[in-house]
Amino acid sequence: MSRFRRFLRTPEAVAGAIILAALIAMALSASLLFPGDPQAIAGPALLPPFQDWSLPLGTDRLGRDVLAELFHGARTSLAVGLAAAAAALVVGSVVGTLAGFADGLVDEVLMRITEAFQTVPSFLLALAFVSVVGPSLGIVVIAIALGTWTGPARVARAEVLSIRERDYVASARAVGMHPLAIAFREVLPNALPPVLAMSSVIVAAAILTEAALSFLGLGDPNRVTWGGMIAEGRAVLRTAPFLSIVPGIALVLTVLGVYLAGEGVVETTAVRRGLS
Amino acid sequence: MTRALILLRRRLIGSVFVLLIVVIGTFLLLEAAPGDAVDAYIVSTGGDAGMIELLRHRWGLDQSELTRLANYLWALLHLDLGQSVTFSRPIRDVILERLPNTLLLMVSATALSFGLGSALGIYAGARPGSVRDRVLSIGSLALYAVPGFWLGLVLIVVFAVDLRWLPIGGIETLASDKTGLDRAADIAIHLILPVAALGFIYLALYLRMMRAGMAEVWRQDFVLAARAKGLSRRRIVLAHVARNALLPLVTMLGLQSAQMLGGSVVIESVFSVPGLGRLAQEAVAARDTPLLLGIILVSAVLVVVINLLVDIAYAFLDPRVGAGEADA
Repeated sequence: MSRFRRFLRTPEAVAGAIILAALIAMALSASLLFPGDPQAIAGPALLPPFQDWSLPLGTDRLGRDVLAELFHGARTSLAVGLAAAAAALVVGSVVGTLAGFADGLVDEVLMRITEAFQTVPSFLLALAFVSVVGPSLGIVVIAIALGTWTGPARVARAEVLSIRERDYVASARAVGMHPLAIAFREVLPNALPPVLAMSSVIVAAAILTEAALSFLGLGDPNRVTWGGMIAEGRAVLRTAPFLSIVPGIALVLTVLGVYLAGEGVVETTAVRRGLS
Repeated sequence: MTRALILLRRRLIGSVFVLLIVVIGTFLLLEAAPGDAVDAYIVSTGGDAGMIELLRHRWGLDQSELTRLANYLWALLHLDLGQSVTFSRPIRDVILERLPNTLLLMVSATALSFGLGSALGIYAGARPGSVRDRVLSIGSLALYAVPGFWLGLVLIVVFAVDLRWLPIGGIETLASDKTGLDRAADIAIHLILPVAALGFIYLALYLRMMRAGMAEVWRQDFVLAARAKGLSRRRIVLAHVARNALLPLVTMLGLQSAQMLGGSVVIESVFSVPGLGRLAQEAVAARDTPLLLGIILVSAVLVVVINLLVDIAYAFLDPRVGAGEADA
């Protein structure tokens, strides 16, 4: 049975895939369905949801269209989540491979640095980084990656330690390949599967961290973010709780979709490996 | 116990290096921040160019980077974190004042998530693949997807605004002159919602770990042996399977402490709990970088100490740890 068909057989994985597909559709269609500035005033302030069909989810404190903001927010969440996770995975696997392949002093130093990054609460680090350098989308991505690359680094190192004793590595050495070339051309690609298995958890964590940063007012001020919408709604929590609750539900569904789809992929590939 | 002591000493030496790296990292961030302590001081008090020169010289800011790093380290060794411009007080005092609230919040949230999470994990893992196992498994995944700050807001809407059962925020009733047990009860009531918001997220983590760990243990031979002896299922679950699956959770306890400190930043600002996390947010708002980095350093020390404690606990719980280290 193909991997894809096995994936389709697990209901959780399918649910996750549907959520993610809807989310990506939202992000891609945001500019088509809601052209113009989503932060522009669209109607009367604090219009409750399901009252006016041109503004289905109502408006916020300043009269901005909540549905338009939700669509544009999907874009930021996905972009930051994917970019930060990609950066963390790349940096983590490079550092882990170097540490595992070099051993001795290089390994010791790299692992102590990794440990230092794990000792500092990653959210505090992100907070400090953004507040020192200034909030923009790229900085937020780097700030999140700063706290998440350590997990992949540790996994990659452990994997490299077991791979580097294999015969094909010894033969690469024997033909006089440069150690760095062996590390990155021969060992790293084979160490990747368990590292990539972590990607759904990392993407989810990145999305949640981005939301928390924007909730505290440290997101890119020129972009709509779900965390920022929740913070906006907080001022009118007593009278219009839906303003905070709606973007929160979008966040929960997104992260859940990432988890479910990720688990589905890992499970199907794990079963496949077990069979072969 | 000497074996555990050897392990502890090795860990302590490693921790010193790790903290040194953290200190260098915070120093670099401090250097990267626009403006220095003198600029901040002048902005808050006013002064002319001559005074700026004088202060830079007096505070040693006109020296080379390496000298400044050495000065910074020297001050830290004397537990001097510098002066907070926002509070016009030593950073150390401001942090020490806020630390107990955060510790209280963290310890309570950890107790909630670890206790309830592992209990539910045992409940789910006792019968792998059953309906309750699947329901708890999916439910915990959904819970794990919830952002803590949003859960906090939802709890406020339900329990503080609609039902009016619990206070909306703060650590205790202001100007109430409560003392002793009354005050403790007052603080406990104020802590219910923030502890729930912070603890429920991690509850899912412990539940899932416990469940996965039990699934591993079920397959092992000694469980089969226990079954062959004719032990009751209840006894096998509690005395054999759960007990062996619990150890990785203890390690997780240490690893999660850093995450929880980070999580308390947002939870404390949602519930206006005057702790370390809220202080961090205030530092960001006031652009008080030295204060923010002081908080990071104290958090790192706290995480190191918690992990050392977890290591000690682990040595007690698992006799193999001590033995293995002595042989090495």
